[in-house]
Amino acid sequence: MNTEIFGIIAMFILTVAFAIPFGKYIAKVYAGEKTSLDPVFNPIEKLFFKIGGIDEKAEMNWKQHMFSMITINMVWFVLGMFVLMNQGWLPLNPDGNPGQSADLAFNTSISFVVNCNLQHYSGESGVSYLSQLFLMFLHFVTAGTGMAAAAVLFLALRERTTDKLGNFYNLMVKSCTRILLPLSIVVASILAFNGTPMTFEGKDTIINMQGDTVQVSTGPVAAFVAIKHLGTNGGGYYGANSAHPLENPNYLTNMTEMFSQMVIPIAMVFAFGFFLKRRKMGWMIFGVMTAGFLVLTIPTIMWENGGNHAITAMGIDNSAGAMEGKEVRLGSTASAFWSIATTVISTGSINSMHDSFTPLSGMTQLLGMMTNAFYGGVGAGMLNFFIFIILAVFISGLMVGRTPEFMGKKIEAREMKIAMIVALLHPFLILVGTALAAAFPSITSATLANPGFHGFTEMLYEYTSSSANNGSGFEGLGDNNPWWNISTGFVLILSRYIPIIGPIAIAGLLANKKYIPESAGTLKTDSSTFGIMILAVIVIITALSFFPALTLGPIAEYFTLR
Amino acid sequence: MKNKDTSLFQKDLVNEALKQAFVKLNPKIMFRNPVMFTVEIGTAIMLVVSIWTLMGEKSQGSFAYNFTVFLVLLLTLLFANFAEGLAEARGKAQADSLRKTREETPAKLVIENKAGFSVSTRQVMSASMRKGDIFICEAGDNIATDGEIIEGLATIDESAITGESAPVIREAGGDKSSVTGGTKVLSDKIKVMVTTEPGESFLDKMIALVEGASRQKTPNEIALTILLAGFTLVFIIVCVTLKPFADHANTPITIAAFISLFVCLIPTTIGGLLSAIGIAGMDRALRANVITKSGKAVETAGDIDVLLLDKTGTITIGNRKATNFYAAKGVTDNHFIKCAVLSSIADETPEGKSILELANLNPSTYANLNNPTFIKFTAETRSSGVDFDETRIRKGAFDSIRNLTTKAGNKFPAEIEDRTKAISNNGGTPLVVSENEKVLGVIELQDIIKPGISERFERLRKMGVKTVMVTGDNPLTAKFIAEKAGVDDFIAEAKPEDKMNYIKREQESGKLVAMMGDGTNDAPALAQADVGVAMNSGTQAAKEAGNMVDLDNDPTKLIEIVEIGKQLLMTRGTLTTFSIANDVAKYFAIIPALFIAAIPALKGLNIMDLHSPESAILSAVIFNAIIIPILIPLALKGVAYKPIGASALLRRNLFIYGLGGVVIPFLGIKVIDLLVSIWL
Repeated sequence: MNTEIFGIIAMFILTVAFAIPFGKYIAKVYAGEKTSLDPVFNPIEKLFFKIGGIDEKAEMNWKQHMFSMITINMVWFVLGMFVLMNQGWLPLNPDGNPGQSADLAFNTSISFVVNCNLQHYSGESGVSYLSQLFLMFLHFVTAGTGMAAAAVLFLALRERTTDKLGNFYNLMVKSCTRILLPLSIVVASILAFNGTPMTFEGKDTIINMQGDTVQVSTGPVAAFVAIKHLGTNGGGYYGANSAHPLENPNYLTNMTEMFSQMVIPIAMVFAFGFFLKRRKMGWMIFGVMTAGFLVLTIPTIMWENGGNHAITAMGIDNSAGAMEGKEVRLGSTASAFWSIATTVISTGSINSMHDSFTPLSGMTQLLGMMTNAFYGGVGAGMLNFFIFIILAVFISGLMVGRTPEFMGKKIEAREMKIAMIVALLHPFLILVGTALAAAFPSITSATLANPGFHGFTEMLYEYTSSSANNGSGFEGLGDNNPWWNISTGFVLILSRYIPIIGPIAIAGLLANKKYIPESAGTLKTDSSTFGIMILAVIVIITALSFFPALTLGPIAEYFTLR
Repeated sequence: MKNKDTSLFQKDLVNEALKQAFVKLNPKIMFRNPVMFTVEIGTAIMLVVSIWTLMGEKSQGSFAYNFTVFLVLLLTLLFANFAEGLAEARGKAQADSLRKTREETPAKLVIENKAGFSVSTRQVMSASMRKGDIFICEAGDNIATDGEIIEGLATIDESAITGESAPVIREAGGDKSSVTGGTKVLSDKIKVMVTTEPGESFLDKMIALVEGASRQKTPNEIALTILLAGFTLVFIIVCVTLKPFADHANTPITIAAFISLFVCLIPTTIGGLLSAIGIAGMDRALRANVITKSGKAVETAGDIDVLLLDKTGTITIGNRKATNFYAAKGVTDNHFIKCAVLSSIADETPEGKSILELANLNPSTYANLNNPTFIKFTAETRSSGVDFDETRIRKGAFDSIRNLTTKAGNKFPAEIEDRTKAISNNGGTPLVVSENEKVLGVIELQDIIKPGISERFERLRKMGVKTVMVTGDNPLTAKFIAEKAGVDDFIAEAKPEDKMNYIKREQESGKLVAMMGDGTNDAPALAQADVGVAMNSGTQAAKEAGNMVDLDNDPTKLIEIVEIGKQLLMTRGTLTTFSIANDVAKYFAIIPALFIAAIPALKGLNIMDLHSPESAILSAVIFNAIIIPILIPLALKGVAYKPIGASALLRRNLFIYGLGGVVIPFLGIKVIDLLVSIWL
């Protein structure tokens, strides 16, 4: 078999094989059971909670959860603004990088607090080491925020009637210390041993083979890159993200980073099954997500390996695939696989330039973010998928002649209202954002690297990436200016918090309802039939919302180039 | 009158619906249906655009094309209104035929009430009677209005309401005291108290529901409307943002194309049929001779988990019947049977009569009774019988006769004791007969289970409904009958509060419970149950407490009601799926048509190979319009419910309405395009 293909298949199987037991472990953590890491972290956590004046045993209802989340996120945002704007004179700035402008700091701070990491700056020159460390802190805690929210969902869907859904701070801290931190240490070590820098020294100087002197930025890169993927954050240390040779030195680190970004989103699905003692449901969700993932991945790999026929026509050997914008050490297959993995999961880190992919691959990357529920970000992916479950349950419940119910709780008008608002938000933000950008060419057209359909795709991608809290860029877009910084900043805020608050509100409402035991007339929500139903709902909603926009972007580009 | 005519398009109904189709164009009425209201706005815009092109505007295409789009959109609205109008007209016709039975009827109003029938009355018309008035009905009178018998007993012909020609007996006190307006007294005399104000009877309520005046949206309908409004909003966003997108790509789009795209994408099929489906659900209930007090009750019926059924009349035919005579040792069969018959001559109960039937003897031919004294059954003695000459014959329950015989110093025969136990174990009831305190033998009474009832329970089980039999029998008998009939559970030796407690217990575990009842002592349980069906013959209290009234007094009606409820939800669900699945084909028709002029390369998307952009858009909107009348029969009759389990049902409906919904419009639009392109 083609070794490149074999490499990604092996990587995927390894990830799933690890994710299943790890999912069991995550379920244990959220159930409050004893884990082997307790002796190490319990005293530290106790200290944190004592300083913070938090009673980690005090259970919250869904509203209190969301209030806690917003509060702590606001604190991080303000701190982030302060550090980024003042990094010039703050310590740990060996390279003497200047403070960020207000609009850039706003965008950067927001995008890291919401776990998106849309980076309108370049790590080498845009931030100091202190800022990088603070951003790394955000990598941890924002991933923890998403996971804690998913844990609230788990707690709410148990077979009982309650409004006590655990303690938000406890769930968040546990997510960081019991799940993210141990894996991060392992991954960072692998990266450091493979050549990723881990230092607080300033720029290094080397003389390259041509005899030129080159300044090379270094810093605490290995630690940063590990959590960047494990927390599906995606904000790179360097501007070129994981395409940069120091951020992703070789094929082994590439596999490690791929593994890191996929493992927790997949494990969360199994954790859902283990936690609720509905393993079949976990497998069903995993099956639907994997089906969607493969439908996007397989053609993308085929298109990228097929190369660009316009280049072939010029008499250039294209047998290695469409290599423009891709790293030779990684190859077109691993790059194509990564490009879909990073877009379906809301990581947004890149190991190749998405702008240079063939037109239809650009579309599959967009579709990955438009659905935003095939695995999805840590925690957030489960929450997004939950909305689709609610919609599918509702329609199929009606189709079998029974008031729709999920996990023994009836889905009624209020839940539908919230689910519809969340489902509507994504197309609203993407389409309206892109429409505004398209409507003011005087501001935006100068920032586009390409005219026509490809330029349109660049704008569409930027808002899609923001709204999916993905953070990858189609590049080519000159995005560090007030228009893009501020407009995407607002998209980021809305698209982070509403899709968390909505599902949690639904879960909270459901938790309060009477539990109805299953009967022969109850629709089985862990069957493959229901899986097909969910997939159909996801495909139909995404396709119907975005088909016209995609037609004027990648589809028109594809047909024109053909 | 029963109107079982199920033909959908009766001429007078269609005429009425056509009229309503135009009346309902009024935006004030339209506003209640957000999906169709947006279509109406689009239609109005197209009218303006048509006039604009007529005045010489060139950028929007020809007048003929714009006006055709306007006409098709108007047709879409009319079709949707027609569907709703037809459903209403059918319901109304059904209700009217019931209402005819209660036209102005004269009644003998009692001026001053006192016991007995020798009171002075005066002739009034039924409409002028108020709650609490008392009137007298004699043989041959039509009963003027709904009421409760407070004195007397009468045979009544209720065929006007139930279609059942056999007369029924109604009497004061007890659970059969209710009479319905429009029925006719055949014999005897009754004094009736009016129980409802004019215009407030169940029938009036039902008519108002069907006519839409007081039709409130049910919870599921509200949730579905939210879903549909959500889809409509998505497509508003899609269509509005398409304008700057298209400008960016330098592809001008005509207003007609925008409106067509929008109308085709929003779920007009289900939006147009939604209220028709709801009305048709209540109409189906009415056709089954069930009056519902709200649409919600019908919907809830589809969700029922537990069904409480009375044994007598529902699971078994009427009453127990004698099936065997077993004589004691030393007693001839003839003598035993003769005595059994004698003990039952005066027994008017169905059990007593069945003994005579089984014996097939005419008592008058061999029994010359001198001064017989008939002993009536009492709760204390738990036996009845006859005394004549020196003979005392008694018939009663095992323990009462045993007491009697042992007290007199006679031994109770062991083989009879064994026999009575065997009968009990087999679900029967033993009746022991004694002559002069000596046991003669035992009569076996058996419950006759209705033919076909166990299949119906099997069907319910497949629907996920648990059946519970309620009976006054002892647990042993109850268990036997429950097993034989195939019910899942039973309440034996049931007292009214047992029903209530059972319902409460099931509800606490989250289940929905339905029950049927007629007596006043059923009223609390009827009120507690999620679906309480009162029999029309039942007491006023029972009828007030339940949320449905069954005019046929048929206890198995609940099964039908559950299916009607399920059908209602399924019809909504499948048509929603169909409607949304249709959008895929419509996109492939319209999107290439929008851009093909400016971006010729996009002809690759025109996979249906439609003739021209105009024909593509027209075909899509025409398909969108005509699919509504095509689906009217399905909306009104409902999607057939098959008890094959929820997952299999989902697979089936997903295949038919989901996959079908994707494929059919591709074919339909292509065919319409072939026709349309003849003129273009």
